[in-house]
Order: sequence, then structure tokens, then C-alpha cells
Amino acid sequence: MPLPADTDASIPKYLRDKYAIVGVGETPYTRGSGKTTRAMGSFAVRAAMADAGLKNTEIDGMLSYQSGDSTFAPMVAGDLGIRLNFYMDVFGGGSSTEALVGIAIGVIEAGLCKTVAIFRSMNGFSQVRIGGTGARAAAPVNGDQLHARAYGWQSAGQMFSPTFMRHMYDYGTTPEQVATVKVIHSEHASNNPKAYYKKRFTVDEVLSSRIICKPLHLLDCCVETDNATCFIVTRAEHARDLRHTPALIRGVVGRCNKPRMDMHYQHGPISTVAGHYGKNILWPNAGVGPEDIDLTGAYDAFTFTTMLQLEDYGFCKKGEGGHYVSDGTMRLGGKRPNNTSGGHLCEGYTHGMNMVIENVRQLRHDVDDSCPIGPDGKRQHTYDYSEGGCRQVKNAEVTANLGWAMPGTGSAMVMRRG
Amino acid sequence: MPGIRADYMGMALSIDDLDGENLAYFKHCSQHDFHLQKCDDCSLLRYPPNTGCPWCGGAKATWTKVEGKGEVHSYEEVHHAIQPAFKGHTPYMVLLVDLDTQKGKPSEVEALRVVANLTTADGVLAPPEVVKTVGIGTRVRMVFADVTDGLSLPQWTIDETAKQPAKPWRYAQE
Repeated sequence: MPLPADTDASIPKYLRDKYAIVGVGETPYTRGSGKTTRAMGSFAVRAAMADAGLKNTEIDGMLSYQSGDSTFAPMVAGDLGIRLNFYMDVFGGGSSTEALVGIAIGVIEAGLCKTVAIFRSMNGFSQVRIGGTGARAAAPVNGDQLHARAYGWQSAGQMFSPTFMRHMYDYGTTPEQVATVKVIHSEHASNNPKAYYKKRFTVDEVLSSRIICKPLHLLDCCVETDNATCFIVTRAEHARDLRHTPALIRGVVGRCNKPRMDMHYQHGPISTVAGHYGKNILWPNAGVGPEDIDLTGAYDAFTFTTMLQLEDYGFCKKGEGGHYVSDGTMRLGGKRPNNTSGGHLCEGYTHGMNMVIENVRQLRHDVDDSCPIGPDGKRQHTYDYSEGGCRQVKNAEVTANLGWAMPGTGSAMVMRRG
Repeated sequence: MPGIRADYMGMALSIDDLDGENLAYFKHCSQHDFHLQKCDDCSLLRYPPNTGCPWCGGAKATWTKVEGKGEVHSYEEVHHAIQPAFKGHTPYMVLLVDLDTQKGKPSEVEALRVVANLTTADGVLAPPEVVKTVGIGTRVRMVFADVTDGLSLPQWTIDETAKQPAKPWRYAQE
């Protein structure tokens, strides 16, 4: 039977706007949750279901990702009375978020299930430290690890720093420019009651914090927290019956890579990251370009990762990332705010989930700041971005999330207000 | 299970008996002789050791002697160690070094970039006053830190005989 003439299934963009994120939820961002990853995961999925207005009988797919530090989808489904037609627990950390959206769309499209809850649950401070300290740091060094861990080259900051350093060498990027990422995200976090760190920082405070792994100061590194996060993906036509304005998914990139994935430093320029390749998938799939994006969620495991990704996805010319992140563009009230929740540097570390959740709320025009809630149940945003105030971006219509695993691997997603 | 198990700076290192590539690589290192795999099909050397050619996919390779000389392509200075073995040795340096051999091949952006610490000429982590002198552009030569029979780790030390840049590039904030 021939396909209908108006459907060209050979190109991915025919799924543009056909799927949506309809519910979001999270636990508090803490250090010392006092809960198991199973209890937190169930809490987050339950919260996202309530947010969407979905019953447990309406969730039939589940995806999660982890690296041996979390519970599994069947446990969380069991705790919520959900019978799954599809689930998968994926190995991995950062950049999994957007990639799993792509998988969710694929399995729904293939008829495996109808509505997928994607969650990530982690005691990233009190159990398996995301910074790599504790039991992981003391583990024996075997085989291929002899080329890295035997040299004291193990944590994320240590593994990425040759990229960060070389960017400064190649383009004259300054420590002050990069520190501005923390400054701006801390301003955003101060308007986010959920954020773990709400204090506003200055460039001087970032540069005078102690060096962890040069070029990284303590305040260039994200906060380690305990939390679970969840959002729910379903078909756009189903989304319209639910509680909130849907965040329609325009296009996704999933764990796209530089050459030499086995050891990406073999292929230069090492100051170029996976977004250089991802952008050629993201923008054609989404049918928009960087200039159309109202706000970004560029993964901030470190200040540098935000800059590198914005640059390689084309928000500025290659090498001008230092200028882009420090000229006010990324600030609330600027042309294209980034990580309005405070992101990983300030709100909490989730391996990318909280940046998607934030953009979904931004697209609903109902971000959870301290603005008063009106009679319609929605916040009456003031757009006064001073400390403790509003963090809603005015007329937010299109967002981009840029997810980071490491310099050689990244994911991305464009959403628009439904 | 023979393989190799040893202690290095208080760290437990091991290579499984099935891991022929790493056993061969470190065996050459233990003889203070740096060898890399050269693809039998496309004749390109590769690093780190693995089970197939990253360029042409060729399965067969021949261990080939390579000169351990090169230039620092990028670096980091670890001031807050996370591994117990390194806690007493900060700041220590991790160097990403372009070997002279095969630099710019198969494309101009590629090089055999070999990771190791900055050490003294006898393979011991370099002291802070030496760490301060090294940056992008520094010429280095390979030395070996002996661990046990069949296992020495390649390390980088300043090449005293090479022409060094007047001032290697270092991070702005010392």
C-alpha cells in the first residue's frame, strides 16, 4: 500500500510538531535527600502526571537513564500502578535527555506505546557523587582506563579541561568572559525559589574561588545535588486535551558525535565540540535557525560547556563564544536568555533534565518564580528581573536545549509553544 | 588468570589476560620502547591501542616503534585531586601531546595525541616549580614510570635538548 502523497517518511522533519511535552515534575533539589532513587523517581513521575492531568492508566511507556547510580523504570512504574507497554533503562548521563525524547517519539510512532514518562533520579551528592569523588575515585584502574585514570585524569572536569584550555589558546577567550556564565546563571537562580544556590555571584568572586583543575575554578563547576526529574511525551493531538499549553517538539539530535568517538582528542580542532555536527541535524529538522530562538538551555556542567555549545550550534561565530556569553545576550531581559532556572551551576544537577523542564514552563508562560498567582491559576508575571523577582521570558515562543555528554558527544532539541 | 596486577602510587592497576592489545602496548613500554599499532591496510598509526583501525576499519595491525617526541597541544593543572593516589601530589599536570610522528595526518587537524603527566626525567610527577614552566608549545620527550614486569606507564618530561618556545602559552591566571 503506497504511503499518502503528503507524507515523506524518508525525512525526519515530517514529525515536526507532531509530539509534545505535556507534563513536568521534580523533587526538591537537595544535598541529603534522605530518600532512595526509587522513592524520588516515583515522586517525580507522579508530579509530572499530576501536572499533565494524566492518570496512571494513561502512561504506558517509560524511559530512564543512569550510570549504575539509580533505580529502574519497572520499580517506579510498580510504585505508581502503571502497566508498561514499553520501557528502557539507558546507560548514560548528560545528553541523554534530548536523545530519549527522540527515542520516545520513535517508539510511539512505531506503535509500541502511546505516552512515555522520561525520568532521571540521582542522589548525585549523597550517594554517587557526580564529581567523581568517593568510591568511584578509589576504584581499581583496569585495561583501557590505564590511558586515563592512571594519570589522575578521571573526573568530568579533568576529562574536559584540555578542550577548555585550548579554546582560550585558539581564540583568546578570557577567564572573565567565561566566569560571566556563572554570574548570569546565578542571577537567574536568585529568581527561582527551587534553586539550590540562590546567591548572586560576581566575576571577581568566580575568579577568586579556588582552582579545582586549571582552567576551572570551584565556581566554574556545577553544584552536585540529590533529585529526580521527569517529563512526559505524547502525541500533539492528545496534548491538546490536557491541562497545559503543550511544548511542541520541532526537532531532536541524539548523542551526535565528533569523529574518533573512542578518543575524541585525536581529531581536532579540540576546541570544537559535537554541536558542530549536531547543528546540521537540529536546524533542518526543526525548520528554524539560531536567530529564531527566544531562549536557550545550553548545558552548564561547567561555565565553558555553555559557551562551547552556543558557539558550535551557531548562536555566534566560531571563536566568539567568550563575547556572546558576556555581552548580556544570555541574561534575563537580554536578547536570548540562557538557563533561566539557574541550570546545573545553581539550580541543581540533573544531567540535563531541569533545563528541558524550565523551557517547557517558559513556553507555557507560567514559569514558577515568585510572581503572584492570578485568578486563572497562572502567575501574573511582572518581567522585573531584579533579585527575587520574575524570570519569565516575555512572549517565549521557541526554545533550544543543547545537551552535553562530553566535548565529543551532545544532543539537542527545539521546542515551540503549542 | 595471569594478566597483570600491580600497585602504582597506591592505585591498583590491572590488565586482564584477555586484553591482548593493552598487554602488548604496556609490554613495549616496560622495555622503555614506545610502540603503536600500524594498520596493515592503510598504514596509519593509531593511539590509544584498540582492536581496529579508526580510519579504515582494518582489523589487522603491526606493532611499530615510534619516537616519543612531541609538543604540548593542551594541558590542565589539577589542584584538587579526586583520586586518593594523587592527593599528595598537587598541583600535577595532565598533558595532551602531539607526537611529531604522523602529525597532520590523515588530515591537518589530526595528530597522535598522547596523554600523560608531566614528570621529571625519571618518571616521577613534576614538582610545582617545574609545572609552572610548561604550557602549550613546550617540547617534551617520553620517559617511562616502571610499575611491574610487563607494565610501565609512558610519561612526558621537558625535552632538554629541544629548542623550546621563548614563552609557552599558559592560562592567564597563575
